Amino acid sequence: MQWLALAARSAWNRRLTLGLTLAAVALSVTLLLGIERVRRDARASFANSISGTDLVVGARTGPVQLVLYAVFRIGAATNNIRWDAFRAIADDPAVAWSIPLSLGDSHRGFPVLGTTPAYFEHFRYGDRRALEFSAGAPFHGLFDAVLGAEVADRLGYRRGDRIILSHGIGGAGLPEHADKPFTVVGILAPTGTPVDRTVHVSLEAITAIHLDWQGGAPVPGFSIPPQYVRKFDLSPKEITAALVGLKSRAAVFRMQRRIDDYAGEPLLAVLPGVALDQLWEVVGTVERTLLAVSAMVVAVGLAGLVAVILAGLNERRRELAILRSVGARPGDIFLLLTVDGLIVTVLGCAVGVLMLAALTAAVRPFAQSHYGLGIHLQLLSLPELRLLGAVVLVGLVASLVPGYRAYRLSLADGLTPRL
Amino acid sequence: MSAARVVALRDLIFRWTPRDEPCVDITHLEIGAGERVFLHGPSGSGKSTLLGLLGGVLAPERGSIRFLDAELTQLGARARDRFRADHVGFIFQQFNLIPYLSAIENVLLPCRFSTRRGRRAAVRSRTWLGEAARLLRQLDLEPGLDRRPAMRLSVGQQQRVAAARALIGQPEFVIADEPTSALDAERQQAFLALLLRECSDAGAALLFVSHDRRLAGAFDRELAMPSLNRADAAREAA
Repeated sequence: MQWLALAARSAWNRRLTLGLTLAAVALSVTLLLGIERVRRDARASFANSISGTDLVVGARTGPVQLVLYAVFRIGAATNNIRWDAFRAIADDPAVAWSIPLSLGDSHRGFPVLGTTPAYFEHFRYGDRRALEFSAGAPFHGLFDAVLGAEVADRLGYRRGDRIILSHGIGGAGLPEHADKPFTVVGILAPTGTPVDRTVHVSLEAITAIHLDWQGGAPVPGFSIPPQYVRKFDLSPKEITAALVGLKSRAAVFRMQRRIDDYAGEPLLAVLPGVALDQLWEVVGTVERTLLAVSAMVVAVGLAGLVAVILAGLNERRRELAILRSVGARPGDIFLLLTVDGLIVTVLGCAVGVLMLAALTAAVRPFAQSHYGLGIHLQLLSLPELRLLGAVVLVGLVASLVPGYRAYRLSLADGLTPRL
Repeated sequence: MSAARVVALRDLIFRWTPRDEPCVDITHLEIGAGERVFLHGPSGSGKSTLLGLLGGVLAPERGSIRFLDAELTQLGARARDRFRADHVGFIFQQFNLIPYLSAIENVLLPCRFSTRRGRRAAVRSRTWLGEAARLLRQLDLEPGLDRRPAMRLSVGQQQRVAAARALIGQPEFVIADEPTSALDAERQQAFLALLLRECSDAGAALLFVSHDRRLAGAFDRELAMPSLNRADAAREAA
């Protein structure tokens, strides 16, 4: 214990130099733990995006691409599914529920999803959590819209507001369905999933706003006012994808095969969990690289620590000789210098954890609102504790270097350092 | 063995590496209890090596170092370190103190490494702190300086603190390695008088190493390294 006190006093005496080193270690620990936390929470957010859905169905493409556009609204479908093909699946005796999804329009950068009220009834996310409304209710009228929490929050919409959809997905300059405005009738509670960034309308509304459009543009000189659209057949002809829930999970592979073998058109059914895992494999390479880079930063920080202690060792040889003269053994000198480095490492870790907590509290609202990423304010998780343990262990091993050097010097110097 | 003898060296040979010529070659040296010995010699005559041998930091190639009832050459490195902590007080030339500790914390260091000296300090003044404060007072350190960081003391004050550290717990042997060389003439005499008085009061033998032979008159005996160390004489002859 006296070595710890002596090492602490010695470290305090060199507080400026060691403080800078400690700051470097703390920053590197914050970076390492921060990346680990974002990685873990991103993965959790990712996996939470959909649950309780047995199959995602779309036109034949890659499983990852299908999940990307059907669940995450990223990218676009290469092809659509005919409505009768969807009906054939929905009417299969093994199917408990089905949700058609029609994508392709947007509102001020947010994707518009055409679907049915079944979406609000059956869609689940996270730990099989149902969608909840923070205001209003599902759409009933033809031009009713239900907004995700982030859409309402970012654009400042409330129930009763009128919105205009744009044709296509992308930035500004898209042609608008300005003649057929929608009324906000409901706002969903935050989910931390792509649902928050989606404008939900009925499938019939999607058909209605495209009645007087052809080839992605309004038909010149031809406009159908909203009050007359009901005179037309608004049943959908095509959808982008569908979510399917089965009566029994045991039937999932049989149903998947049946859809994949559907004779009417080439379809693909994927298990969302499997596709999410495949998708994470792609993303995982990046996150593992980031983690490796941050581990290297920690290594650089610890190398700096060793360099600082070694550089100061020559100035401390007289101090070590004095300690030897009052009875300190070379092993004690080894311990003193090793504890020196260990103190900085442990304090660096502690400060790094505190900085991470402060940083998490600061960026959490931003990450949630801009990226839908729910970063948790929590004490250290087990993987984070393991990482910290590894940092302390590496710090200890690194501190053995100046410890051993001091040990050798104290043997060579004895009571009279050869300075 | 005479009860009055603290250290006895016989046929002592030390070399830094087996291929080197001997650095120390001493046939015989005895220092009695409470004796005050002045040792002088030029640089490179083996003084520091001899102090390392007496302190048990270095081990001789052969010969005997009898210290009180113990034969140092028969002890392992760990036991020699403990022996040094228990029985020997050191004062160096300068930079004698741990700079980040206060004066009194520096004085207390031997008590932290030696149970024996800690116990003796407590017996004499009831507590370690009390004994350290008493020694600092005895050595004329102004009140209030004992809590000051060592690095903020003058050289003369530092040497007095170092003397208090060497004397706490009443070691039988004090080794002072040119402790006055950084002081001016007036302070040299004052420090020497204090040191001699305190060693006498504590009953400690003193081996005082210095280049300055003018100081030798204050000691019981004067030793010249070239005549003591045959290796040094051989080097001089060569």
